[in-house]
Amino acid sequence: MRDTLHEILDTKKMLERIYKAQTLMDAACKALGRQINIMEVCGTHTVAIFRNGIRSILPGRLKLLSGPGCPVCVTDQGYIDIVLQLADRDDCLIATYGDMIRVPGKGGSLETKQSSANVKVVLSSEDALQLAKDNPDKIVVFVAVGFETTAPATAVVVKEAAKETIDNFCILSGHKLVVPAMRALISEKNHNIDGFLCPGHVSVIIGYRSYAEIVERFSRPCVVAGFEPMQIIEGLGEICRQLAAGKAELKSVYTAVVTEQGNVTAQKIIAECFEPVDGYWRGLGEIEKSTLQLKDKYSRFDALKRFDITETQTEDTSGCRCGEVLCGLIEPQECALFGQSCTPQEPIGPCMVSSEGACAAWFKYGPERRRKQ
Amino acid sequence: MCLAIPARIVELEGDKAVVDAMGNRWKAKTTLLPEAKLGDLVLIHAGFAISLVDEEEAKETWRLIAEINDFNQTQNKVSG
Repeated sequence: MRDTLHEILDTKKMLERIYKAQTLMDAACKALGRQINIMEVCGTHTVAIFRNGIRSILPGRLKLLSGPGCPVCVTDQGYIDIVLQLADRDDCLIATYGDMIRVPGKGGSLETKQSSANVKVVLSSEDALQLAKDNPDKIVVFVAVGFETTAPATAVVVKEAAKETIDNFCILSGHKLVVPAMRALISEKNHNIDGFLCPGHVSVIIGYRSYAEIVERFSRPCVVAGFEPMQIIEGLGEICRQLAAGKAELKSVYTAVVTEQGNVTAQKIIAECFEPVDGYWRGLGEIEKSTLQLKDKYSRFDALKRFDITETQTEDTSGCRCGEVLCGLIEPQECALFGQSCTPQEPIGPCMVSSEGACAAWFKYGPERRRKQ
Repeated sequence: MCLAIPARIVELEGDKAVVDAMGNRWKAKTTLLPEAKLGDLVLIHAGFAISLVDEEEAKETWRLIAEINDFNQTQNKVSG
């Protein structure tokens, strides 16, 4: 049974908060006198913004750019082809999070190979380790993709595998770091970004202090928000408040779970198992110290070393413009393939495959009506 | 990939937990959150608790998820 009065008061309060945020946005647009571009870094934010129709309440001159915060989307083709190569081996079992299985590569995707029973979808890195324990005659390769939110989970099982000597377990690390990508975007690729809406759960791990460099060195507001619509709206409002005042500050509106220092236990375990190395991101190219590689102490669990594989970057000639989408340089519908040869049913690029990809979100939720200024 | 859900720890032995959200129970680890205790509300991501959660915030998330479920299950008839 719903409490109607509670609902009415709730709604009134919510509308007041939205109106307050809109006032801040309008003030920023007026103060700057031009289009304002805010990059929402995280793929989950991209989807939440669409699902909640947030663009419909934004002023016409406030543009949201989708960023590279979709780990599947920024995983380069070379990595995907290695996974597919390993999936073909009779002595391997591939353990992967679900969102990777449809990414197309040479000779298909993991999904098309799933029928050969070499590919298992797991919800947790622990499931991947258990798979290794249950299948001693196979080598389990864990497709370790994700940002700092997910890297600690991989580190935990690598440590467990070492402790319990589970030698038939290894990981193909595709873990990437968010701040180096933000730094690369703002310093080279995209000078249009006025502020960043920072990822919620990555920030749980790294702490909002991690964005200090972006604020101080590049004078861009960095505000961490959660994924509920009010969080996003108020996060954007806060960025606009700063822009109107000519300031760049570090803030978090996701006070429920994000602290300044983050989850120190998780940070320590990442540091114990991994070191940041230069890595290649789809769309962004090579970024210094942006991907995680297992330290020498744990290198026997590194699939690249186990199978003696060298990572190569393959040039994508399909006409896919995921790279530009990921940098916020174009919107998905500007890609000639969008909705034509590239659809969620038959994706060409990972931005259409991933549940958090900008192209998939644009396709699913369609064009937004903009609030008239 | 940032998907995480608030859940309550209903069983805990070492770092092995069982968590409950809206009546659904599943296994999770508290390795990354050693300060977590039985009864605590925590944020679960990919099978691991990554943060403690404020009670009111958790309820709000569950309420929103339940609303989406309700919406998905009702017959949506266009009137007029």
